[in-house]
Amino acid sequence: MLRTVGVSSVKELLSQIPQELLYPALSLPAALSEQELTAHVKGLAAKNKPLVNFIGAGCYEHFIPAAVPALASRGEFLTAYTPYQAEASQGTLQTIYEFQSCICALLGMDVATASHYDGATALAEGVCAALRITGRKQVLIPAALHPHYKQVLHTYLHNMADVQIKEVPFKGNYALDMDALKQNLSSESSCFVLAQPNFFGGLEEAEEISALVHAAGALLVTLVNPLSLGILKSPAEYDTDIAVAEGQVLGNPMSFGGPGLGIMAAKKAYVRQLPGRMVGIAKDKQGRRSFVLTLQAREQHIRREKAASNICSNEALCALQAVIYLTLLGPQGLKEVAELNVSRAHELAVRLDALDGYEVKEMPFFNEFVLECKLPAWKVIEKMAEKGIAAGYALDKDFDGFEHRLLICATEMRTEADIANYVRAMEAI
Amino acid sequence: MYNQENCRFAATHEWAAKEGELAVVGISNHAQEEISDIVFVDLPKVGTQVKVGQNCCVIESVKSASEIYAPVSGEIVAVNEALNDDPALVNREPHAGGWLFKIKMANPAEMDALLDFAGYQATIQK
Repeated sequence: MLRTVGVSSVKELLSQIPQELLYPALSLPAALSEQELTAHVKGLAAKNKPLVNFIGAGCYEHFIPAAVPALASRGEFLTAYTPYQAEASQGTLQTIYEFQSCICALLGMDVATASHYDGATALAEGVCAALRITGRKQVLIPAALHPHYKQVLHTYLHNMADVQIKEVPFKGNYALDMDALKQNLSSESSCFVLAQPNFFGGLEEAEEISALVHAAGALLVTLVNPLSLGILKSPAEYDTDIAVAEGQVLGNPMSFGGPGLGIMAAKKAYVRQLPGRMVGIAKDKQGRRSFVLTLQAREQHIRREKAASNICSNEALCALQAVIYLTLLGPQGLKEVAELNVSRAHELAVRLDALDGYEVKEMPFFNEFVLECKLPAWKVIEKMAEKGIAAGYALDKDFDGFEHRLLICATEMRTEADIANYVRAMEAI
Repeated sequence: MYNQENCRFAATHEWAAKEGELAVVGISNHAQEEISDIVFVDLPKVGTQVKVGQNCCVIESVKSASEIYAPVSGEIVAVNEALNDDPALVNREPHAGGWLFKIKMANPAEMDALLDFAGYQATIQK
Protein backbone atom coordinates (compact mmCIF):
# COMPACT_ATOMS: atom_id res chain seq x y z
CA MET A 1 0.00 0.00 0.00
CA LEU A 2 2.88 2.36 0.84
CA ARG A 3 4.39 1.60 -2.58
CA THR A 4 1.04 2.35 -4.25
CA VAL A 5 0.86 5.84 -2.77
CA GLY A 6 4.55 6.39 -3.47
CA VAL A 7 6.18 6.51 -0.04
CA SER A 8 8.67 4.19 1.59
CA SER A 9 7.44 4.23 5.20
CA VAL A 10 4.52 5.31 7.39
CA LYS A 11 6.85 7.92 8.93
CA GLU A 12 7.00 9.67 5.60
CA LEU A 13 3.23 10.20 5.65
CA LEU A 14 3.61 12.05 8.94
CA SER A 15 6.51 14.24 7.79
CA GLN A 16 4.47 17.44 8.02
CA ILE A 17 4.10 17.10 11.78
CA PRO A 18 6.92 18.84 13.69
CA GLN A 19 9.35 16.13 14.80
CA GLU A 20 9.28 17.11 18.47
CA LEU A 21 5.51 16.58 18.56
CA LEU A 22 5.52 13.24 16.79
CA TYR A 23 6.72 10.92 19.52
CA PRO A 24 6.88 13.08 22.64
CA ALA A 25 8.47 11.55 25.70
CA LEU A 26 5.80 10.98 28.34
CA SER A 27 7.13 10.32 31.80
CA LEU A 28 4.36 8.07 33.02
CA PRO A 29 4.81 5.60 35.85
CA ALA A 30 4.82 1.90 35.00
CA ALA A 31 1.40 0.35 34.40
CA LEU A 32 -0.36 -1.19 37.38
CA SER A 33 -1.61 -4.75 37.26
CA GLU A 34 -5.37 -5.21 37.29
CA GLN A 35 -5.22 -6.22 40.98
CA GLU A 36 -3.11 -3.17 41.94
CA LEU A 37 -5.34 -0.88 39.93
CA THR A 38 -8.52 -2.23 41.53
CA ALA A 39 -7.07 -1.70 45.01
CA HIS A 40 -5.93 1.82 44.07
CA VAL A 41 -9.34 2.88 42.74
CA LYS A 42 -11.09 1.33 45.76
CA GLY A 43 -8.89 3.50 47.95
CA LEU A 44 -9.94 6.60 46.03
CA ALA A 45 -13.63 5.66 46.26
CA ALA A 46 -13.31 5.16 50.02
CA LYS A 47 -12.65 8.88 50.32
CA ASN A 48 -16.31 9.53 49.43
CA LYS A 49 -18.49 10.34 52.41
CA PRO A 50 -21.88 8.82 51.68
CA LEU A 51 -24.51 11.13 53.10
CA VAL A 52 -28.23 10.47 53.26
CA ASN A 53 -29.42 12.61 50.35
CA PHE A 54 -32.07 15.34 50.73
CA ILE A 55 -30.90 17.40 47.75
CA GLY A 56 -33.13 17.84 44.69
CA ALA A 57 -32.80 21.08 42.74
CA GLY A 58 -33.22 19.44 39.34
CA CYS A 59 -31.44 16.10 39.86
CA TYR A 60 -33.27 13.48 41.93
CA GLU A 61 -32.53 10.20 43.67
CA HIS A 62 -35.22 7.65 42.82
CA PHE A 63 -35.29 3.88 43.02
CA ILE A 64 -34.18 2.17 39.81
CA PRO A 65 -35.26 -1.49 39.54
CA ALA A 66 -32.32 -3.79 38.66
CA ALA A 67 -34.10 -4.84 35.46
CA VAL A 68 -33.57 -1.35 34.02
CA PRO A 69 -29.75 -1.37 33.79
CA ALA A 70 -29.74 -5.13 33.18
CA LEU A 71 -31.79 -4.72 30.00
CA ALA A 72 -30.41 -1.35 28.88
CA SER A 73 -26.80 -2.54 29.10
CA ARG A 74 -27.35 -5.32 26.56
CA GLY A 75 -24.82 -4.89 23.76
CA GLU A 76 -27.52 -4.46 21.14
CA PHE A 77 -28.80 -1.37 22.95
CA LEU A 78 -25.61 -0.05 24.48
CA THR A 79 -23.56 0.09 21.27
CA ALA A 80 -26.28 0.74 18.70
CA TYR A 81 -25.54 3.65 16.43
CA THR A 82 -27.69 6.63 15.43
CA PRO A 83 -30.65 5.19 13.49
CA TYR A 84 -30.46 7.12 10.22
CA GLN A 85 -30.25 3.86 8.25
CA ALA A 86 -33.67 2.46 8.99
CA GLU A 87 -33.13 -1.00 7.57
CA ALA A 88 -30.25 -1.60 10.00
CA SER A 89 -31.85 0.06 13.04
CA GLN A 90 -35.34 -1.36 13.51
CA GLY A 91 -34.71 -2.32 17.14
CA THR A 92 -33.46 1.12 18.13
CA LEU A 93 -36.22 2.86 16.21
CA GLN A 94 -38.87 0.72 17.85
CA THR A 95 -37.64 1.52 21.36
CA ILE A 96 -37.67 5.23 20.53
CA TYR A 97 -41.18 4.90 19.08
CA GLU A 98 -42.30 3.19 22.31
CA PHE A 99 -40.64 6.00 24.28
CA GLN A 100 -42.51 8.63 22.27
CA SER A 101 -45.76 6.72 22.84
CA CYS A 102 -45.14 6.54 26.61
CA ILE A 103 -44.41 10.26 26.73
CA CYS A 104 -47.63 11.06 24.85
CA ALA A 105 -49.58 8.84 27.23
CA LEU A 106 -47.93 10.33 30.33
CA LEU A 107 -48.12 13.99 29.27
CA GLY A 108 -51.43 13.62 27.42
CA MET A 109 -50.01 15.39 24.36
CA ASP A 110 -50.48 14.43 20.68
CA VAL A 111 -46.88 14.10 19.47
CA ALA A 112 -43.49 13.68 21.13
CA THR A 113 -39.92 13.86 19.89
CA ALA A 114 -37.26 11.15 20.21
CA SER A 115 -35.76 13.14 23.14
CA HIS A 116 -33.19 15.91 23.64
CA TYR A 117 -30.05 16.36 25.73
CA ASP A 118 -31.77 17.48 28.91
CA GLY A 119 -34.71 19.40 30.36
CA ALA A 120 -32.97 22.76 30.02
CA THR A 121 -32.28 22.46 26.29
CA ALA A 122 -35.73 20.91 25.72
CA LEU A 123 -37.21 24.00 27.37
CA ALA A 124 -35.08 26.34 25.25
CA GLU A 125 -36.15 24.50 22.10
CA GLY A 126 -39.80 24.63 23.19
CA VAL A 127 -39.52 28.39 23.65
CA CYS A 128 -37.87 28.74 20.22
CA ALA A 129 -40.76 26.80 18.70
CA ALA A 130 -43.26 29.13 20.42
CA LEU A 131 -41.39 32.15 19.01
CA ARG A 132 -41.55 30.69 15.49
CA ILE A 133 -45.20 29.67 15.76
CA THR A 134 -46.50 33.01 17.07
CA GLY A 135 -44.05 35.33 15.32
CA ARG A 136 -43.98 37.38 18.56
CA LYS A 137 -40.81 38.52 20.30
CA GLN A 138 -41.30 38.33 24.05
CA VAL A 139 -40.79 35.30 26.28
CA LEU A 140 -42.23 35.30 29.82
CA ILE A 141 -40.64 33.03 32.39
CA PRO A 142 -41.23 32.66 36.12
CA ALA A 143 -38.54 34.04 38.45
CA ALA A 144 -39.07 30.69 40.21
CA LEU A 145 -37.62 28.76 37.24
CA HIS A 146 -34.49 26.63 37.79
CA PRO A 147 -31.48 29.04 37.57
CA HIS A 148 -29.61 26.72 35.19
CA TYR A 149 -32.63 26.56 32.88
CA LYS A 150 -32.74 30.37 32.86
CA GLN A 151 -29.06 30.50 31.87
CA VAL A 152 -29.51 27.97 29.06
CA LEU A 153 -32.54 29.86 27.77
CA HIS A 154 -30.58 33.12 27.73
CA THR A 155 -27.77 31.41 25.83
CA TYR A 156 -30.16 30.04 23.20
CA LEU A 157 -31.94 33.36 22.65
CA HIS A 158 -28.85 35.52 23.05
CA ASN A 159 -28.32 36.41 19.39
CA MET A 160 -31.94 36.43 18.27
CA ALA A 161 -32.83 39.91 17.07
CA ASP A 162 -35.32 41.77 19.30
CA VAL A 163 -36.23 38.75 21.42
CA GLN A 164 -36.68 39.63 25.10
CA ILE A 165 -36.97 37.42 28.15
CA LYS A 166 -38.98 38.85 31.03
CA GLU A 167 -39.19 37.29 34.51
CA VAL A 168 -42.52 37.22 36.34
CA PRO A 169 -41.90 37.42 40.10
CA PHE A 170 -43.09 35.04 42.83
CA LYS A 171 -44.81 35.93 46.09
CA GLY A 172 -43.70 35.31 49.66
CA ASN A 173 -44.83 31.68 49.54
CA TYR A 174 -42.91 31.08 46.25
CA ALA A 175 -46.11 30.92 44.15
CA LEU A 176 -46.34 32.86 40.86
CA ASP A 177 -47.61 36.43 41.27
CA MET A 178 -50.78 36.26 39.14
CA ASP A 179 -51.26 40.03 39.02
CA ALA A 180 -47.72 40.41 37.70
CA LEU A 181 -48.44 37.75 35.06
CA LYS A 182 -51.59 39.63 33.98
CA GLN A 183 -49.66 42.89 33.75
CA ASN A 184 -46.86 41.36 31.70
CA LEU A 185 -48.96 39.44 29.19
CA SER A 186 -49.49 41.42 25.99
CA SER A 187 -49.88 41.00 22.25
CA GLU A 188 -46.08 40.80 22.16
CA SER A 189 -45.91 37.69 24.37
CA SER A 190 -45.09 34.52 22.43
CA CYS A 191 -45.36 32.23 25.44
CA PHE A 192 -45.27 31.82 29.19
CA VAL A 193 -43.14 29.06 30.71
CA LEU A 194 -45.08 27.36 33.48
CA ALA A 195 -42.73 25.39 35.75
CA GLN A 196 -44.90 22.76 37.42
CA PRO A 197 -43.51 22.22 40.02
CA ASN A 198 -41.37 25.36 40.10
CA PHE A 199 -37.74 25.42 41.28
CA PHE A 200 -38.87 25.70 44.91
CA GLY A 201 -40.98 22.56 44.54
CA GLY A 202 -44.26 24.51 44.57
CA LEU A 203 -47.31 23.70 42.46
CA GLU A 204 -48.86 26.63 40.59
CA GLU A 205 -52.50 27.37 39.65
CA ALA A 206 -52.10 25.83 36.20
CA GLU A 207 -55.66 26.26 34.91
CA GLU A 208 -55.83 29.93 35.85
CA ILE A 209 -52.42 30.57 34.28
CA SER A 210 -53.39 28.71 31.10
CA ALA A 211 -56.56 30.79 30.71
CA LEU A 212 -54.65 34.08 31.12
CA VAL A 213 -51.89 33.06 28.72
CA HIS A 214 -54.26 31.89 25.99
CA ALA A 215 -56.48 34.97 26.36
CA ALA A 216 -53.42 37.02 25.39
CA GLY A 217 -52.89 34.88 22.28
CA ALA A 218 -49.69 33.39 23.70
CA LEU A 219 -48.69 29.72 23.95
CA LEU A 220 -48.37 27.79 27.20
CA VAL A 221 -45.03 26.00 27.48
CA THR A 222 -45.14 23.74 30.55
CA LEU A 223 -42.04 22.28 32.23
CA VAL A 224 -43.11 19.24 34.27
CA ASN A 225 -41.62 16.60 36.54
CA PRO A 226 -42.63 13.40 34.69
CA LEU A 227 -42.69 11.35 37.90
CA SER A 228 -45.18 13.79 39.48
CA LEU A 229 -47.61 13.00 36.66
CA GLY A 230 -48.31 9.74 38.48
CA ILE A 231 -50.76 11.79 40.53
CA LEU A 232 -50.87 15.33 39.14
CA LYS A 233 -52.96 16.49 36.18
CA SER A 234 -51.15 16.05 32.88
CA PRO A 235 -50.12 19.24 31.07
CA ALA A 236 -52.62 18.44 28.29
CA GLU A 237 -55.45 18.70 30.81
CA TYR A 238 -54.79 22.42 31.24
CA ASP A 239 -54.38 23.07 27.51
CA THR A 240 -50.58 23.10 27.33
CA ASP A 241 -49.33 23.80 23.81
CA ILE A 242 -45.76 22.52 24.24
CA ALA A 243 -44.76 20.31 27.18
CA VAL A 244 -41.13 19.75 28.17
CA ALA A 245 -39.44 17.86 30.99
CA GLU A 246 -36.25 16.45 32.44
CA GLY A 247 -36.60 12.66 32.24
CA GLN A 248 -33.74 11.77 34.60
CA VAL A 249 -36.33 10.94 37.24
CA LEU A 250 -37.56 8.03 35.11
CA GLY A 251 -35.16 5.14 35.63
CA ASN A 252 -31.98 7.17 35.10
CA PRO A 253 -29.30 7.56 37.80
CA MET A 254 -28.11 10.99 39.01
CA SER A 255 -24.57 10.24 37.72
CA PHE A 256 -23.15 13.38 39.33
CA GLY A 257 -25.29 15.59 37.09
CA GLY A 258 -25.72 13.82 33.76
CA PRO A 259 -26.47 12.66 31.15
CA GLY A 260 -29.97 14.11 31.28
CA LEU A 261 -33.02 13.18 29.22
CA GLY A 262 -34.81 16.03 27.49
CA ILE A 263 -38.48 15.45 26.81
CA MET A 264 -40.67 17.45 24.42
CA ALA A 265 -44.25 16.93 23.31
CA ALA A 266 -46.84 19.16 21.68
CA LYS A 267 -50.29 19.52 20.17
CA LYS A 268 -50.57 17.95 16.72
CA ALA A 269 -50.89 21.35 15.04
CA TYR A 270 -47.29 22.17 16.04
CA VAL A 271 -45.65 18.91 14.93
CA ARG A 272 -43.73 20.53 12.09
CA GLN A 273 -42.27 23.11 14.47
CA LEU A 274 -40.79 20.48 16.79
CA PRO A 275 -37.00 20.16 16.61
CA GLY A 276 -34.89 17.02 16.67
CA ARG A 277 -35.74 13.49 15.68
CA MET A 278 -39.11 11.80 15.47
CA VAL A 279 -39.73 8.14 14.81
CA GLY A 280 -42.77 7.13 12.81
CA ILE A 281 -44.41 3.84 11.98
CA ALA A 282 -44.59 2.74 8.34
CA LYS A 283 -44.80 -0.25 6.02
CA ASP A 284 -41.88 -1.64 4.05
CA LYS A 285 -42.10 -2.84 0.42
CA GLN A 286 -43.51 -6.16 1.61
CA GLY A 287 -46.17 -4.54 3.73
CA ARG A 288 -44.45 -5.40 7.03
CA ARG A 289 -44.71 -2.95 9.94
CA SER A 290 -41.50 -0.96 10.26
CA PHE A 291 -40.11 2.14 11.95
CA VAL A 292 -38.35 5.12 10.42
CA LEU A 293 -37.14 8.63 11.26
CA THR A 294 -39.90 10.84 9.90
CA LEU A 295 -40.71 14.48 9.15
CA GLN A 296 -37.01 14.93 8.52
CA ALA A 297 -37.61 18.01 6.40
CA ARG A 298 -37.62 19.89 9.73
CA GLU A 299 -34.03 18.88 10.34
CA GLN A 300 -30.82 20.55 9.33
CA HIS A 301 -29.52 17.88 6.97
CA ILE A 302 -32.44 18.75 4.71
CA ARG A 303 -33.49 22.33 5.56
CA ARG A 304 -29.98 23.59 6.44
CA GLU A 305 -30.17 27.11 7.90
CA LYS A 306 -33.98 27.05 7.72
CA ALA A 307 -34.22 23.94 9.93
CA ALA A 308 -36.31 24.08 13.10
CA SER A 309 -33.10 23.67 15.10
CA ASN A 310 -29.43 22.73 14.76
CA ILE A 311 -30.08 19.77 17.04
CA CYS A 312 -30.10 16.38 15.36
CA SER A 313 -29.35 14.13 18.29
CA ASN A 314 -31.29 12.37 21.02
CA GLU A 315 -30.59 10.45 24.23
CA ALA A 316 -31.49 6.94 23.04
CA LEU A 317 -29.99 4.99 25.93
CA CYS A 318 -31.46 7.27 28.62
CA ALA A 319 -34.81 7.18 26.82
CA LEU A 320 -34.61 3.39 26.76
CA GLN A 321 -34.03 3.31 30.52
CA ALA A 322 -37.06 5.58 30.96
CA VAL A 323 -39.25 3.33 28.79
CA ILE A 324 -38.19 0.18 30.67
CA TYR A 325 -38.82 1.95 34.00
CA LEU A 326 -42.29 3.14 32.94
CA THR A 327 -43.16 -0.29 31.53
CA LEU A 328 -42.13 -2.02 34.76
CA LEU A 329 -44.09 0.38 36.95
CA GLY A 330 -47.13 0.96 34.78
CA PRO A 331 -49.66 3.68 35.66
CA GLN A 332 -50.47 2.12 39.03
CA GLY A 333 -46.83 1.76 40.04
CA LEU A 334 -46.06 5.32 38.95
CA LYS A 335 -48.99 6.56 41.03
CA GLU A 336 -47.66 4.70 44.08
CA VAL A 337 -44.15 6.14 43.66
CA ALA A 338 -45.57 9.65 43.26
CA GLU A 339 -47.74 9.22 46.37
CA LEU A 340 -44.72 8.05 48.39
CA ASN A 341 -42.80 11.15 47.27
CA VAL A 342 -45.62 13.44 48.35
CA SER A 343 -46.06 11.64 51.64
CA ARG A 344 -42.36 11.60 52.62
CA ALA A 345 -41.73 15.22 51.70
CA HIS A 346 -44.86 16.43 53.48
CA GLU A 347 -44.07 14.40 56.60
CA LEU A 348 -40.65 16.05 56.75
CA ALA A 349 -42.03 19.52 56.04
CA VAL A 350 -44.68 19.32 58.74
CA ARG A 351 -42.19 18.12 61.37
CA LEU A 352 -39.54 20.71 60.46
CA ASP A 353 -42.09 23.53 60.43
CA ALA A 354 -43.05 22.53 63.98
CA LEU A 355 -39.48 23.19 65.20
CA ASP A 356 -38.65 26.56 66.75
CA GLY A 357 -36.85 28.85 64.34
CA TYR A 358 -37.88 26.93 61.22
CA GLU A 359 -40.72 27.64 58.82
CA VAL A 360 -42.20 26.13 55.69
CA LYS A 361 -44.44 28.66 53.90
CA GLU A 362 -47.88 27.50 52.87
CA MET A 363 -48.02 26.37 49.19
CA PRO A 364 -48.91 23.00 47.67
CA PHE A 365 -45.77 21.09 46.68
CA PHE A 366 -44.77 17.71 45.23
CA ASN A 367 -41.55 16.36 46.82
CA GLU A 368 -39.54 19.53 47.45
CA PHE A 369 -40.01 22.64 49.61
CA VAL A 370 -38.17 25.64 51.02
CA LEU A 371 -37.25 25.68 54.71
CA GLU A 372 -36.60 29.12 56.21
CA CYS A 373 -33.98 28.59 58.96
CA LYS A 374 -32.83 30.47 62.02
CA LEU A 375 -29.23 29.76 60.96
CA PRO A 376 -27.70 30.50 57.53
CA ALA A 377 -28.39 27.58 55.18
CA TRP A 378 -24.70 26.83 54.66
CA LYS A 379 -24.26 26.46 58.40
CA VAL A 380 -27.15 24.02 58.53
CA ILE A 381 -25.65 22.03 55.66
CA GLU A 382 -22.26 21.90 57.41
CA LYS A 383 -23.67 20.75 60.74
CA MET A 384 -25.99 18.19 59.19
CA ALA A 385 -23.14 16.78 57.07
CA GLU A 386 -21.24 16.06 60.30
CA LYS A 387 -24.20 13.84 61.18
CA GLY A 388 -24.14 12.04 57.82
CA ILE A 389 -26.97 13.98 56.19
CA ALA A 390 -26.88 16.07 52.97
CA ALA A 391 -29.47 18.53 54.24
CA GLY A 392 -30.48 20.27 51.02
CA TYR A 393 -29.55 22.97 48.49
CA ALA A 394 -28.59 26.46 49.72
CA LEU A 395 -30.54 29.07 47.75
CA ASP A 396 -28.44 32.19 48.38
CA LYS A 397 -26.27 31.69 45.28
CA ASP A 398 -29.26 32.08 43.01
CA PHE A 399 -31.65 34.36 44.91
CA ASP A 400 -30.75 37.59 46.71
CA GLY A 401 -31.52 37.64 50.40
CA PHE A 402 -32.04 33.87 50.63
CA GLU A 403 -29.07 33.20 52.96
CA HIS A 404 -31.34 31.46 55.46
CA ARG A 405 -33.29 29.36 53.01
CA LEU A 406 -32.72 25.71 52.21
CA LEU A 407 -34.36 23.72 49.40
CA ILE A 408 -35.12 20.24 50.74
CA CYS A 409 -36.25 17.19 48.80
CA ALA A 410 -37.52 13.85 50.10
CA THR A 411 -38.20 11.14 47.55
CA GLU A 412 -39.44 7.57 48.00
CA MET A 413 -35.76 6.70 48.68
CA ARG A 414 -35.95 8.41 52.08
CA THR A 415 -37.37 6.01 54.63
CA GLU A 416 -39.41 7.00 57.65
CA ALA A 417 -36.27 6.45 59.71
CA ASP A 418 -34.32 8.84 57.44
CA ILE A 419 -37.03 11.47 57.99
CA ALA A 420 -36.97 10.95 61.76
CA ASN A 421 -33.16 11.20 61.83
CA TYR A 422 -33.24 14.42 59.82
CA VAL A 423 -35.67 16.07 62.23
CA ARG A 424 -33.73 14.85 65.27
CA ALA A 425 -30.44 16.11 63.80
CA MET A 426 -31.95 19.50 62.89
CA GLU A 427 -33.39 19.89 66.36
CA ALA A 428 -29.95 19.35 67.89
CA ILE A 429 -28.21 22.08 65.83
CA MET B 1 -57.15 25.94 -16.47
CA TYR B 2 -53.87 27.84 -16.20
CA ASN B 3 -52.43 26.07 -19.20
CA GLN B 4 -48.76 26.16 -20.04
CA GLU B 5 -49.29 28.21 -23.18
CA ASN B 6 -51.00 31.07 -21.33
CA CYS B 7 -48.75 31.16 -18.30
CA ARG B 8 -45.57 33.11 -17.72
CA PHE B 9 -42.69 31.33 -15.98
CA ALA B 10 -39.89 32.16 -13.58
CA ALA B 11 -36.54 30.43 -14.05
CA THR B 12 -37.15 28.97 -10.57
CA HIS B 13 -40.06 26.91 -11.99
CA GLU B 14 -43.05 28.90 -10.73
CA TRP B 15 -45.79 29.87 -13.21
CA ALA B 16 -48.04 32.93 -12.95
CA ALA B 17 -51.40 33.32 -14.73
CA LYS B 18 -53.19 36.69 -14.93
CA GLU B 19 -56.72 36.72 -13.46
CA GLY B 20 -57.84 40.36 -13.57
CA GLU B 21 -55.57 42.20 -11.13
CA LEU B 22 -54.49 38.89 -9.54
CA ALA B 23 -51.66 36.53 -10.45
CA VAL B 24 -52.44 32.87 -9.76
CA VAL B 25 -49.20 31.02 -8.90
CA GLY B 26 -48.21 27.37 -9.08
CA ILE B 27 -45.22 25.20 -10.00
CA SER B 28 -44.49 23.77 -13.44
CA ASN B 29 -45.05 20.17 -14.48
CA HIS B 30 -41.29 19.76 -14.78
CA ALA B 31 -40.87 20.96 -11.19
CA GLN B 32 -43.46 18.60 -9.73
CA GLU B 33 -41.81 15.70 -11.56
CA GLU B 34 -38.38 16.59 -10.16
CA ILE B 35 -39.65 17.15 -6.62
CA SER B 36 -41.59 13.83 -6.71
CA ASP B 37 -44.30 12.83 -4.20
CA ILE B 38 -45.36 15.95 -2.31
CA VAL B 39 -46.36 15.34 1.32
CA PHE B 40 -46.85 18.85 2.70
CA VAL B 41 -47.26 22.39 1.41
CA ASP B 42 -46.37 25.18 3.84
CA LEU B 43 -48.62 27.87 2.35
CA PRO B 44 -48.06 31.57 3.11
CA LYS B 45 -50.46 33.50 5.37
CA VAL B 46 -53.14 35.50 3.59
CA GLY B 47 -52.25 39.17 3.90
CA THR B 48 -48.49 38.66 3.61
CA GLN B 49 -46.70 41.22 1.42
CA VAL B 50 -44.18 39.65 -0.96
CA LYS B 51 -41.53 41.04 -3.28
CA VAL B 52 -40.68 39.42 -6.62
CA GLY B 53 -38.14 36.64 -6.01
CA GLN B 54 -38.90 36.41 -2.28
CA ASN B 55 -39.29 32.96 -0.74
CA CYS B 56 -42.89 32.71 0.48
CA CYS B 57 -43.83 29.03 0.48
CA VAL B 58 -42.20 25.63 1.03
CA ILE B 59 -43.10 22.37 -0.68
CA GLU B 60 -42.05 19.26 1.18
CA SER B 61 -41.71 16.00 -0.73
CA VAL B 62 -40.46 12.57 0.25
CA LYS B 63 -36.97 13.59 -0.78
CA SER B 64 -36.61 17.30 -0.14
CA ALA B 65 -38.01 20.62 1.04
CA SER B 66 -38.16 23.13 -1.85
CA GLU B 67 -38.43 26.92 -1.54
CA ILE B 68 -41.06 28.57 -3.73
CA TYR B 69 -40.40 32.18 -4.82
CA ALA B 70 -43.02 34.85 -5.59
CA PRO B 71 -42.88 35.46 -9.38
CA VAL B 72 -44.36 38.95 -8.89
CA SER B 73 -44.69 41.47 -6.02
CA GLY B 74 -47.89 42.14 -4.13
CA GLU B 75 -50.17 40.84 -1.40
CA ILE B 76 -51.16 37.20 -0.89
CA VAL B 77 -54.96 37.34 -1.07
CA ALA B 78 -55.80 33.64 -1.32
CA VAL B 79 -54.17 30.26 -0.74
CA ASN B 80 -55.27 26.84 -2.00
CA GLU B 81 -56.72 25.32 1.19
CA ALA B 82 -57.39 22.02 -0.66
CA LEU B 83 -53.64 21.34 -0.41
CA ASN B 84 -53.82 21.02 3.38
CA ASP B 85 -55.61 17.70 3.07
CA ASP B 86 -54.37 16.70 -0.38
CA PRO B 87 -50.84 18.00 -1.01
CA ALA B 88 -50.40 15.46 -3.84
CA LEU B 89 -52.85 17.52 -5.89
CA VAL B 90 -49.83 19.62 -6.86
CA ASN B 91 -48.28 16.52 -8.46
CA ARG B 92 -51.51 15.47 -10.22
CA GLU B 93 -52.65 18.92 -11.46
CA PRO B 94 -49.72 21.35 -11.34
CA HIS B 95 -51.46 23.66 -13.82
CA ALA B 96 -55.04 23.28 -12.56
CA GLY B 97 -56.31 22.21 -9.13
CA GLY B 98 -52.76 22.25 -7.72
CA TRP B 99 -52.34 26.06 -7.81
CA LEU B 100 -50.62 27.42 -4.67
CA PHE B 101 -51.66 31.01 -3.97
CA LYS B 102 -52.98 34.21 -5.57
CA ILE B 103 -51.18 37.57 -5.43
CA LYS B 104 -52.87 40.96 -5.87
CA MET B 105 -50.15 42.45 -8.10
CA ALA B 106 -48.42 45.63 -6.95
CA ASN B 107 -46.79 46.02 -10.35
CA PRO B 108 -48.51 44.09 -13.20
CA ALA B 109 -45.63 44.96 -15.55
CA GLU B 110 -43.49 42.40 -13.66
CA MET B 111 -45.41 39.69 -15.59
CA ASP B 112 -43.70 40.81 -18.78
CA ALA B 113 -40.29 40.14 -17.25
CA LEU B 114 -41.21 36.46 -16.84
CA LEU B 115 -40.49 33.84 -19.52
CA ASP B 116 -43.08 32.48 -21.90
CA PHE B 117 -43.47 28.71 -22.20
CA ALA B 118 -40.90 28.35 -24.96
CA GLY B 119 -38.42 30.46 -23.05
CA TYR B 120 -38.94 28.37 -19.92
CA GLN B 121 -38.60 25.12 -21.89
CA ALA B 122 -35.26 26.36 -23.16
CA THR B 123 -33.95 26.86 -19.61
CA ILE B 124 -34.83 23.33 -18.55
CA GLN B 125 -33.49 21.80 -21.76
CA LYS B 126 -29.92 22.82 -20.88
